[in-house]
Amino acid sequence: MTDQVAALVAERPRGLFGDAWHALRRRPLFWVSVSLILLVLLMAAFPGLFSSGDPNAADLSRSRGAPSSAAWFGYDNQGYDIYTRVVHGARASIVVGLLATAGVVLVGATIGMLAGFYGGWLDAVVSRIADVFVGVPFVLGAIVILTTLNAGGDAGPVRIVAQVVLSISVLSWPVAMRIMRSTAIAAKQQDYVKAARALGASSGRIIGKHMLPNCVAPVLVYSTIALGAFIGAEATLSYLGIGLRQPVVSWGVMINSAKDYLRVAPHALLFPAGFLTATVLAFVMLGDAVREALDPKLR
Amino acid sequence: MEGASVAELLEVRDLVKHFPVTRGVAFRRTVGHVRAVDGVSFSLRAGETLGVVGESGCGKSTLAQVLMRLEPPTSGTALFEGEPMFSLRGAALRRWRRDMQIVLQDPYTSLNPRMTVGDIVGEPFEIHPEVAPRGSRAGRVRELLDVVGLNPEHLNRYPHQFSGGQRQRIGIARALALRPKVIVCDEPVSALDVSIQAQVMNLLAELQGEFGLAYIFIAHDLSVVRHLSDRVAVMYLGKIVEIGTEEEIYRHPTHPYTQALLSAVPVADPALRGRRDVIRLTGDVPSPVDPPSGCRFRTRCWKARDVCATDEPALVTRVGNHPSACHFAEERHVVP
Amino acid sequence: MLEVEDLHVEFRTRDGVARVLNGVSYHVSAGETLAVLGESGSGKSVTAQAIMGILDTPPAHVTRGSVRFHGEELLTASPERRRAVRAEGVAMIFQDALSALNPVFTVGFQIEEQLRLRRGMSRAQARARAVELLDLVRIPAARQRVREYPHQFSGGMRQRAMIAMALALDPEVLIADEPTTALDVTVQAQIMDLLAEIQRERRMGLVLITHDLGVVAEVADRIVVMYAGRIVEQADAVSLFRAPGHPYTAALMRSLPRLDSKGTALETIRGLPPSLLRIPPGCPFHPRCPRAQGVCVTHVPPDVRLGLGRTSACHFAEGVVGGGGVGG
Repeated sequence: MTDQVAALVAERPRGLFGDAWHALRRRPLFWVSVSLILLVLLMAAFPGLFSSGDPNAADLSRSRGAPSSAAWFGYDNQGYDIYTRVVHGARASIVVGLLATAGVVLVGATIGMLAGFYGGWLDAVVSRIADVFVGVPFVLGAIVILTTLNAGGDAGPVRIVAQVVLSISVLSWPVAMRIMRSTAIAAKQQDYVKAARALGASSGRIIGKHMLPNCVAPVLVYSTIALGAFIGAEATLSYLGIGLRQPVVSWGVMINSAKDYLRVAPHALLFPAGFLTATVLAFVMLGDAVREALDPKLR
Repeated sequence: MEGASVAELLEVRDLVKHFPVTRGVAFRRTVGHVRAVDGVSFSLRAGETLGVVGESGCGKSTLAQVLMRLEPPTSGTALFEGEPMFSLRGAALRRWRRDMQIVLQDPYTSLNPRMTVGDIVGEPFEIHPEVAPRGSRAGRVRELLDVVGLNPEHLNRYPHQFSGGQRQRIGIARALALRPKVIVCDEPVSALDVSIQAQVMNLLAELQGEFGLAYIFIAHDLSVVRHLSDRVAVMYLGKIVEIGTEEEIYRHPTHPYTQALLSAVPVADPALRGRRDVIRLTGDVPSPVDPPSGCRFRTRCWKARDVCATDEPALVTRVGNHPSACHFAEERHVVP
Repeated sequence: MLEVEDLHVEFRTRDGVARVLNGVSYHVSAGETLAVLGESGSGKSVTAQAIMGILDTPPAHVTRGSVRFHGEELLTASPERRRAVRAEGVAMIFQDALSALNPVFTVGFQIEEQLRLRRGMSRAQARARAVELLDLVRIPAARQRVREYPHQFSGGMRQRAMIAMALALDPEVLIADEPTTALDVTVQAQIMDLLAEIQRERRMGLVLITHDLGVVAEVADRIVVMYAGRIVEQADAVSLFRAPGHPYTAALMRSLPRLDSKGTALETIRGLPPSLLRIPPGCPFHPRCPRAQGVCVTHVPPDVRLGLGRTSACHFAEGVVGGGGVGG
């Protein structure tokens, strides 16, 4: 009854995304996370805007120098300017996050949609394979994949990034697949899908026109949160020494090289770790806000 | 009565639909079958309305799904204009889809929330481009909206901008687009308020006259079914227990279940209180996974005898002029 | 016994204030069945929730009016007092029994809990009483079923269990909100018979909230008809069905398909119920009313008395009940 009243009350109806935008616009948390993310994205795209220094200019005479007006964040063990490297490190972190998210969502969502739509043996096989991948602990799996890929020795920066993206994607696609699969199963049973099938619509048409537009929301929310998580994962792998490494500059690489001098130069760890945490948090907060905005029951 | 003749538009014979009941996630095994539709035969003539009534779980909605070929039948045949319709494939199947359409119950889930009304009503033309050339489609959509009593200018609105009754009209316009010969209406008014229900029922009646449609009208509301139907089939646990003209079923019901069903409908006249022939069934409908042996109604029937548990009564004419699946069929006047 | 007077309730939403109830008054006495008839959004359930004190606040706010039980004001009563009245004075059953029963406890436990809490019964006493109650609502094999969970009950049985739960503390008034809407017609008949019988035996007041004119005609003593948060007509059942006193009631009756004849085209009520955010001025029914005149647009109609205990909120009530015009 209360729902019925609410339905009658809903005078100015908008689309789902219109509604979500309306709800989002009023949330300070949303604006905070968006500004943070924009700032980091700007850093990644145009590091020159923030720092004119060279991230690879090392000067051992400045080693472990404390923050000063010349170097806001101080210098690390090798004498690199931490501020400049933090700014330049954003790019690798963001690129890894974006590419890994794109890979996970594209692969996972496509497989999930097909499994959910066709069901039967396809669904059974895909779901069991996904279970196997979920069963592998992330760090262990990544170590195995990255050490295997790297058996040959040194690789260029592009290859290192590609390897890290690949390992994250391989280990994380089942999550996106499961989300898409369950929303697809729910959408498939909707009456509008029945009506389309009764009209003789092809499977492609049903998936593209009817299911996909109604299934993207949960995956969208997941991808926002995953983006943050993958940036964190990149740092974890780099910290362990199996992810990105020199000559690539990333927050994870910086944390890795600072870890041994934590007592004498804590600022070398503090700044990249702070940027990392803030960025991950911003994506998680954005995901949370989007999820709440898209789910009318939580509003 | 059920003789196959060319005059019949649709001829359904011994239609069966069982759904397997499975247990387990990794290793599914079948532990039984829901006998949703279990041997249903009927025919439909061009331009007539066959009402199908029954309580939840009687299989009436499954019947609609199977007839629309949304679910494959377990067994049985159906001839559409003399052509076996369950074996149609490819182009022939697409051609047949134009002749048979469906209107679904829930006006809130039967329209894709991401499509505009124009896209929803125009989708049939995109799937069957031969029906309307691209240039004429917008005009056809406006026409359809007008026919079902909606403002053709609202073409660019989304479904949630309409009320339940208006949304049901949109669903009707979509079903009508390909000029079908049969529309299966699966509880089309049961989600609507009384004052809106009448508008949609009148619309369905008007359209039938205008386009010469045949309806299979599925509903649980006996008054609604009587109002729109020429003939009525009463279903119980996957079977038709009685079938006849609207007059025969409502004035001269012979199956105990039909009689109980009719007598249970509250009548909007307080003066008749306590003066009606009231039959009260006990208990609930048994599970369709494990229906009673013999006559399926016997567990709730006041006439049941030993023979009912052993011999399944055939749907044949025993008294009066219409078939009824009861060993002890007799007329009883229950509608005041 | 239970009286509602001039109740106003608003829903404050982000799109504005919806005036869901606009001065609703009714009362029910011992042994009486009052039917509250209305379509969705008419405010019939909101009134019941306001009586029970279970409105979600926000968005709902009671802005004016009074709810009295044996003369005691409930709206301003303390939360403990309201809980006590809710348990023992006025009980309520809902349309959806499955969500009204707690799925993780047995049906018996849910009945026994109240008996132990409110009546100080021992476990054994409470169990015995629970079995008695399930027996009373004709649940077969009550002794076994008392140990089962709600999902093991069929729809009709769940409704019976909910009635048993509502009756546990011998309430003087039972509010039934669409108790049979989700049920099949043969089961609906069983439940309505059961409610009528219990009510007769206990001389309980019954408020039956429904949209079904047939159900109303079968059991109601008195009827209030609601539209857009107002009571538009109030009458005893026989007179209301013989000659409705408000154009809305009259139109509603004529738009109903009949069981006893096939009939021709149904009469319809044009248009839609108003949005509660923008209730039309004057009589809320005027945009859909075949009799509407200038005065209907400008003046809210008073409750016109049409005889003993009968009122109609229509400027032309006498004409409507007299059957003049409107093709009646």
